[in-house]
Amino acid sequence: MHVVTFTRSTPDTAAKVWVNEEGEVAWGDVATVVNPWDEYSLEETIVQAKQFGGESTVIAIGAELHNDALKHSMAMGIKNVLRVDAVGLDMSDSLVWSALAAGAIRKLGNVNMIILGKESVDVGTDQHNYQLARRLGWTMLSYVSAIIETDCAAGTIKVEKMLEQGKQIVSAKLPAVVSVMKGINEPRYPNFLGIRKAAKAQIPVWSASDLGVDTPAAATRALRFMNPPARDISTEIIAGADLEAKTAALVERLFEEKVL
Amino acid sequence: MSVFVWIETFDGAAIPSSWEALGAAQSIAEALNTETVAIVFGENCATIAAEAGRFGAARALICDAESLSEYRLESYAALLSNLAAEHKPVAVLSVATNRGRELLASAAADCESGLISDVINLRIEEGAIIGTRPAYAGKVLMDMTSKTATTFVTVRGRAFPAPRADDSLSPPIESVEPREIPPEFQTKIEELVAELGSVNLADAAIIVSGGRGMANNPISAPDGISGEEASIWKAKDGFANTLRPLAEILGAALGASRAAVDAGYIPYEHQVGQTGKVVTPDLYIACGISGAIQHQAGMRGSKIIVAINKDAAAPIFKLARYGIVGDLYEVVPVLTETLRKKLR
Ligand SMILES: Cc1cc2nc3c(=O)[nH]c(=O)nc-3n(C[C@H](O)[C@H](O)[C@H](O)COP(=O)(O)OP(=O)(O)OC[C@H]3O[C@@H](n4cnc5c(N)ncnc54)[C@H](O)[C@@H]3O)c2cc1C
Ligand SMILES: Nc1ncnc2c1ncn2[C@@H]1O[C@H](COP(=O)(O)O)[C@@H](O)[C@H]1O
Repeated sequence: MHVVTFTRSTPDTAAKVWVNEEGEVAWGDVATVVNPWDEYSLEETIVQAKQFGGESTVIAIGAELHNDALKHSMAMGIKNVLRVDAVGLDMSDSLVWSALAAGAIRKLGNVNMIILGKESVDVGTDQHNYQLARRLGWTMLSYVSAIIETDCAAGTIKVEKMLEQGKQIVSAKLPAVVSVMKGINEPRYPNFLGIRKAAKAQIPVWSASDLGVDTPAAATRALRFMNPPARDISTEIIAGADLEAKTAALVERLFEEKVL
Repeated sequence: MSVFVWIETFDGAAIPSSWEALGAAQSIAEALNTETVAIVFGENCATIAAEAGRFGAARALICDAESLSEYRLESYAALLSNLAAEHKPVAVLSVATNRGRELLASAAADCESGLISDVINLRIEEGAIIGTRPAYAGKVLMDMTSKTATTFVTVRGRAFPAPRADDSLSPPIESVEPREIPPEFQTKIEELVAELGSVNLADAAIIVSGGRGMANNPISAPDGISGEEASIWKAKDGFANTLRPLAEILGAALGASRAAVDAGYIPYEHQVGQTGKVVTPDLYIACGISGAIQHQAGMRGSKIIVAINKDAAAPIFKLARYGIVGDLYEVVPVLTETLRKKLR
């Protein structure tokens, strides 16, 4: 069983992010973290690979910045790391990304399962997973809150999925792409030994041409980035003689605002 | 030329936010001088197509088959990709629900077409489709366009008004054949545990949320429960007997902070924020929530925010339009009673 996961670095969620005078997105010198949604997919990859005595591999596609996320993944316990350098390619387009990701999976050759996080915390597109599955022609199991059973010999998997309307139990054939939700597990913290090992690791880099894929032209283009209009909020702390008076005043305001 | 809108269904009915996607589609169809086509898959789905017509779709393409009675990505995506390839619409829209996102992303990949997800504004500039979407948890907005003949777009729930239904409309409905999916590429639905009747956070006009402060419930935990267990018991009791009655009287959905979810007070489905759900209700009432940046990421877009917190210095008050400084276990029951009298 070979389980592969993808991850990348994203700015810390507490960072102030803004559009600078050049029209670029900036976050000062705040450090990046491993995409927080991926802590769950990394953990699940380790668990699934270990359960079946198999291999685990983590791949980042993009610039050197993502080495940090790869090292974090390694420190957590993923065995193999790999970066696909996409110099000159427009990585903001998910069709370009999925062509490279599918190329890397084909080049690895023996992959049974791909586990990803639900979304990237920065761009938040929640679309790369599906397009990768589509390019590979694999089954997509999305919004997974539990992997109930994996049968490597029979090549089957059974999962619990989260819907807006409740939960669903679904079974499918492997290979499959699985995207996981927060709550599927308790991600482990990298331990000291893991961190030391990862710090020393050499990260192999494949270029797009190593993958032997025709990368498509980017279908979409980001035209401009904007700072959202400042929210003009004046807070009114509701005053009143007692709680009855305060809540009555609040309800009054909410009727005036037409939200009740 | 046309603009497709996939009408998402659940349990044999259209989900209401589908009409918002139809409204968004109509606005660009008008600017492009073309028409909207409702796409409906399912079993006995002609009635939903007719409903789409009343909401303003100029035509409907339906695929009515027993095998489509339950949504499955493989069969739905094969159909949608095929229809898009055949009819070459300028755009394919849906609402950015879980299913809308995966279906449109899959069909976009099949069609090698651009996808703009989770847009809050959609318009035509010099003939091109431009979508505005939030990024970096709403700290930044971006305008995106696509260079392909068809552009796939998912629209954020509650960002576009639904059109008004007109009972006199009954546009033409055309049926298409289902596509056969090889069994090894087909998932099997074993079981569905639907929570019917509960208000969906993404669709909710009003949300009442609780945070870590829910643990400070003055009620005593039953004998034999102590420490962390007692906190959890008290917080659960607070969600059930203090927050839920307020939510019920308002017809609101129940939300929570991550701290409340991680401590085991309430299931993850209720989490609002950067690693939970992004919500945009008209009214968001935060009880015992400090207002951390990652929580704000999920609820900043609410029209009116009300904070109930005992700490006057809590950051949530900087975001709130109205605040009551006080113990939520004193304030919320009185607020519920005030509303009960007023709304009766
Ligand atoms: C990568 C990452 C992702 C995250 N994602 C999310 C997310 O999706 N959603 C999210 O919410 N958080 C998220 N967080 C966590 C976030 O940083 C905060 O820790 C969390 O939001 C705090 O929750 P809280 O406000 O309930 O708790 P606290 O910050 O502990 O605040 C509790 C508040 O309750 C008040 N209080 C206590 N008792 C009472 C009472 N009896 N009556 C009235 N008020 C009372 C206190 O004054 C305090 O303000 C994330 C963090 C990280 C690092
Ligand atoms: N360049 C990339 N390299 C590796 N993983 C990525 C990359 N972009 C997105 N992902 C992963 O794809 C999943 C879905 O992200 P998204 O569609 O961007 O919201 C997340 O697990 C991401 O970490």
